[in-house]
Amino acid sequence: MDLLVEGVWHALTLISRGDPEILAILWLSLQVSGTATLVALLLGIPAGVVLALARFPGRTLLVSAVNTGMGLPPVVVGLFVTILLWRSGPLGEWEILYTPAAIVAAQAVIASPIVTGITLAAVQNVPEKFLLQLRGLGASRIQMVRVVLREARLPMLAAVMAGFGGVISEIGASMMVGGNIKGHTRTLTTAMVLETGKGNFEIAIALSILLLTLVFAVNWGLTVIQQRRTP
Amino acid sequence: MVRRLVHALLAVALLPAGVAAQGSRTVILSTTTSTQDSGLLDVLVPLFERRTGYTLKTISVGTGQALALAARGEADVTLAHAPAMEKKHVADGQLRNRRPVMYNDFLLIGPPADPANIRGEKSVPTALRRIAAAGARFVSRGDRSGTHNLEQRLWRDAGITPGPPWYIESGQGMGATLGIANDRQAYTLTDRATMLAFARRVSLTSMVEGDRRLLNLYSVMEVNPANGPRVNAEGGQAFAAFMLAPETQQVIKTFGVEKYGQPLFVPIAGKTDDDF
Repeated sequence: MDLLVEGVWHALTLISRGDPEILAILWLSLQVSGTATLVALLLGIPAGVVLALARFPGRTLLVSAVNTGMGLPPVVVGLFVTILLWRSGPLGEWEILYTPAAIVAAQAVIASPIVTGITLAAVQNVPEKFLLQLRGLGASRIQMVRVVLREARLPMLAAVMAGFGGVISEIGASMMVGGNIKGHTRTLTTAMVLETGKGNFEIAIALSILLLTLVFAVNWGLTVIQQRRTP
Repeated sequence: MVRRLVHALLAVALLPAGVAAQGSRTVILSTTTSTQDSGLLDVLVPLFERRTGYTLKTISVGTGQALALAARGEADVTLAHAPAMEKKHVADGQLRNRRPVMYNDFLLIGPPADPANIRGEKSVPTALRRIAAAGARFVSRGDRSGTHNLEQRLWRDAGITPGPPWYIESGQGMGATLGIANDRQAYTLTDRATMLAFARRVSLTSMVEGDRRLLNLYSVMEVNPANGPRVNAEGGQAFAAFMLAPETQQVIKTFGVEKYGQPLFVPIAGKTDDDF
């Protein structure tokens, strides 16, 4: 109990003092997971729209794969991305293992199915009759996609929240492909494991508070946008 | 074909992060968790980078994995503490130029109640035999780390094959293992540096120390460039030379005094295994 009270107190002083090392870790996590979420949106939204609207053989199989991917274990992604990026691996010549770029790649792989799956569900929730009407009015494919995305944009903010929330709190992949290198690839979660391992529980608690605050702030901002005007 | 596709996909995925070719100015060091958890690397890495202009990337994992990474050519230099495993890799030609850098010692620690009655025992095998006979709980790292490696050898020396229910494998780093041992009021084997870092958090106390078997020897080894593509042999050599340089050895000698009131490592550049 002492540790908890003391830890939280110490954590708050560390944060309010603006400890440069902790701020740098916070900034890196935000950059890496933000970029990964962006990449996931670029890949996942088109994929989700296509899966929701198009009809082709093997579609059900693909949808099942996406649904499975929504629960992709980060350590599995970490393991395979590591093997790909190893010096002796197929992408070894890139020499990006143990860099922030490697973490972005792994986190994008984790977040893409989440974005795809939620987009798919959001677009499928647009009423069938509405789509029929559009087609009846002679809308082109591009026009249909644009209108549908507009209709589904609010539920799709959930995709951003789920994707970002998933990758910023993920640890397995960041640890494996990033290596938790000080000042380089040390993110909030990997730093937390390290500091706990070192017995520096105050710092670990400070990082937990920061992580929760960050995820909350991002979700709050997005929720405000989402709830501003209910359709 | 698949490879080209993966290239193209990842190229798109990575653009925003700004991929920079690292060239040979980057050195990858694979090492054990205790060098990082003790904070020693936080002091030495910036020093090395300033002195040589290299960028050093430290991958801190269990010694078994650190050596395996180096043997695959995924690192350029390695700092480990499992002499038997190290010598095997050197004999196989994967690692070379193994040189002792520093040492400290392991401790057999346990709950103050000391249910196996081993406090003050001079011989580790005797103490372990008593733990087994009493069926007192013992937490093992169980992760092929240098510490686990030594622990297994000590049980062999004691002529005992430990097992459940009293033998618990944590599969985690030294810090987490100390936490579990503390919670279960169990015996465990720890390096002195981690024990000092956790002294405030755990009620376990030193039971057996000073046995020659408890020597914890850290050595630096360079990776044979033949192990894989893109091994930075020059950078690896530079780090090994740095660890053995008199200025670095001086830093190691005083490291920890300020925080723990005693040094965590004893520098021994120039010595060989035969000196112990």
